[in-house]
Amino acid sequence: MARAAVSGRLAARLRWQAAALVERREESPTARTLVFDLPGWAGHLPGQHVDVRLTAEDGYSTQRSYSIASAPDADRVELTVQRVPDGEVSPYLADDLRVGDAVEIRGPVGGWFVWRPEQAEPVLLVAGGSGVVPLMSMIRVRDMIGSRVPFRLLYSVRDPADRLYGPELDRGAPGLDTTWVYTRGTPDGWTRPAGRLTPDDLVRWGWPADFEPTCYVCGPTGFVEAAAGMLVALGHHPDRIRTERFGPSGG
Amino acid sequence: MPIVSRGFHGRKPDPGRKLPPGQYETFDFPVLSAGPTPRVSRDDWTFTVTTESGTRHQWDWGRLMALPAEHPTVDLHCVTKWSKFDTHWEGVSLDVLLEDVETEAEFALVHSYGGYTTNLPLEDLLDGKAWIAYRYDGEELAAEHGGPARLLVPHLYLWKSAKWVSGIQLMLEDEPGFWESAGYHEYGDPWREQRYQGD
Repeated sequence: MARAAVSGRLAARLRWQAAALVERREESPTARTLVFDLPGWAGHLPGQHVDVRLTAEDGYSTQRSYSIASAPDADRVELTVQRVPDGEVSPYLADDLRVGDAVEIRGPVGGWFVWRPEQAEPVLLVAGGSGVVPLMSMIRVRDMIGSRVPFRLLYSVRDPADRLYGPELDRGAPGLDTTWVYTRGTPDGWTRPAGRLTPDDLVRWGWPADFEPTCYVCGPTGFVEAAAGMLVALGHHPDRIRTERFGPSGG
Repeated sequence: MPIVSRGFHGRKPDPGRKLPPGQYETFDFPVLSAGPTPRVSRDDWTFTVTTESGTRHQWDWGRLMALPAEHPTVDLHCVTKWSKFDTHWEGVSLDVLLEDVETEAEFALVHSYGGYTTNLPLEDLLDGKAWIAYRYDGEELAAEHGGPARLLVPHLYLWKSAKWVSGIQLMLEDEPGFWESAGYHEYGDPWREQRYQGD
């Protein structure tokens, strides 16, 4: 396991900053992208997350971590929030926070689950559900800088309604191959039967281990455990498999 | 003054329970790891303490099991914001494992199968504060939670409780581990909210 370097100016990263909601977009029936205004945002590496702090009128406050969905921008940060049923925070962010309302944000955080544009090797992205969010930031940065590094994305969702960023991924980009894996219900005429990700999917639509891609796997714990285990069994070196897990808890 | 988020009420925690700042209670047991889960069999497992002079003290699974076990019930605090109260463990106290080790070291670098490392002051491993734990909630410790055995140092954020522990290197000078090199706090006290470097 290699050392990850620290990035970004420390003082700016640690300071809580008021962030007003400027736009909310529906990504799926249960997920919303929230666009926050963050003047002077120092930028981030794709894959990093931010801490979000919410404070109630009575002074009670709580924090959560959310992956950044967007590519770096001078004063905007986009988060995609999946509403967790009965969650303390995600239903409020997804449904109740109004344009003009503010939360506090600090970051970016995390120096390991990141793609750095100077990486030359092919990239395999394996997403389960809302685990696609930090991977989408990688795809968008690749696009933004005109990188020619070949990317393959395997994206597992329950059914077509659960797809996040569907139109953008369907539009695609040169050198980005996207494969959808449907676990419960497929679009009409889909040749792959509905079912969980298999080693065969990774052989067909991923990269051979000989190509030594860096693999980024993100999703719920069970998905990440299974996918990372399959990649190891297919010969990918554990040092080239980076994981991030979204527990069902928290919300 | 914190910014109030209009219309946010939140869910006040149980007043009988004290959460460190910025933490919320969870009832399941989330898994966080930087890479694939290493699979280590008990037959191949060893745990090695290496001193600053290079002296090695090694235990295999049988020798670990022959040591007196303790049954700590502790609260866990993860830097990703969740806390879990009253978790039940079984393991061997580091006081037992380090009892006969001659050292002047003040720091420890913990090593895991799979290459993970984390650092902490040696004194945080002593005086009943840390264990090599191999059972959780009455069951063998599952691989995704660090089995066969993990370090358990519950008074620090959980990334210090290295899963799949393989050894402890005792050192005269501090050396950052994996997350400590990636922007996380060198000590990680949840009650002082030491999440990131500079907190």
